[in-house]
Amino acid sequence: MEFAFSISPGTGSPIFRQIVDQVRLAVVSGRLAPGTQLPSVRALAERLVVNPNTVAKAYGELSREGIIDGQQGRGVFIAEPRQIYTNAERSRRLAPFVEALANEGVALGFTSEELLESLRRRLAKMDVPASSRRKPS
Amino acid sequence: MNDFAIKTTGLTRYFGGKCAVDQVSLAVPRGSVFALLGRNGSGKSTLTRMLMGLLEPTRGSANVLGEDCRHLSPAARGRIGYVAEGHPLIDWMRVRDLESFQKSFYPKWDGRLFKSVVDQFGLPSDARAGRLSRGQRAGLSLALTLATRPQLLVMDDPAMGLDPVARRTLLEAMILVTRNAGHTIFFSSHVLDDVERVADHVAILDKSVLRVSCPVEFFRARIKRLVLTFGGTPPPLPPIPGLLEARRDLTQLRLTVANPGPELEQLVASLGAQAVTEVALSLEDAVIAYLGERGEKPSLLQSDQLEAVAS
Repeated sequence: MEFAFSISPGTGSPIFRQIVDQVRLAVVSGRLAPGTQLPSVRALAERLVVNPNTVAKAYGELSREGIIDGQQGRGVFIAEPRQIYTNAERSRRLAPFVEALANEGVALGFTSEELLESLRRRLAKMDVPASSRRKPS
Repeated sequence: MNDFAIKTTGLTRYFGGKCAVDQVSLAVPRGSVFALLGRNGSGKSTLTRMLMGLLEPTRGSANVLGEDCRHLSPAARGRIGYVAEGHPLIDWMRVRDLESFQKSFYPKWDGRLFKSVVDQFGLPSDARAGRLSRGQRAGLSLALTLATRPQLLVMDDPAMGLDPVARRTLLEAMILVTRNAGHTIFFSSHVLDDVERVADHVAILDKSVLRVSCPVEFFRARIKRLVLTFGGTPPPLPPIPGLLEARRDLTQLRLTVANPGPELEQLVASLGAQAVTEVALSLEDAVIAYLGERGEKPSLLQSDQLEAVAS
């Protein structure tokens, strides 16, 4: 079944960011398997009724992150999972979010067990696998 | 080839003693979809009419497709498509008569494109223009303009008064124009959701003065909203550079700031809030903050950025 994008203008999240997030999430949760073809920039722009530059920007970011492979004229495909950041770099990128969650959680009076539980519930909604499916590069 | 489809320098227009457009210097990159925003009466139509050579500037100049807007050659006019405010049409003519009338002026007439736009809007070819609904009028005037295959499409508030379906069809037609690399759309609008979908550049006119002209993402990235929560009544505010809007209630201060620098963090920290949260702003919120009555109106004119984008 073809992947259905859905974007909504008028939110705090720019449209290119919504496209990036949807593809990322669908890849992590396995709804988009490696090798799946995505619509071309032009086709997706016309389907979503958004500026093609917006789609191109989203695809550009996904491609830099190694989530999609695009060959000129041959289409855009979900890439084989690979790790493009070193482990140190991944941890560095994650750190500010962990810190924000911890600070906000403690300030609101949650216990560590409650915080972990709410994170687990959130992840369960996203269908994130418990063990790694990423191959080390 | 010129990098800009439109470039104005100090463009100014007075009506009697009243300034309608005040020293506007604007550059519209070739190939962009450029949205002109501003409240009613801010000078958008006056600016647009000057660009189209329909109104003489009091001072300053404008270059459109490489020619002075005051003396556009017939060849340049043939490359410009203009959809005027309110979609004026010759009301006694039928759809097919308007097509053959318009066609006679343009050597490159795309009859297939005309038909496809007319069909999208559900226009019968024997209907008289005067009998059409507002959405159908918009569709007809769009079809008459697009079929000339303009390199520069200029539309003055084309979405005004259209229902959501007609508006979406209008957007689809605009996306269609971007298939031609190097074709530029310059349009004014009040519908920010539509602007967010199709525009890549945005300009804001506020009381005749140009305040913003930059890529849409650049504009959004430079406007921040912070919500500060206090234990009791929020303290009075010190002067904050770039403050667009400050709203307070019992325990919260909501600040919207343009071009926030490192000094903002210090200022905010000095207020002693219990929590400071950055809230994501929609494009509409950001524009409203800019057009509101209170606060400073810092400039976000990124001509360097524009040149970088265009090159």
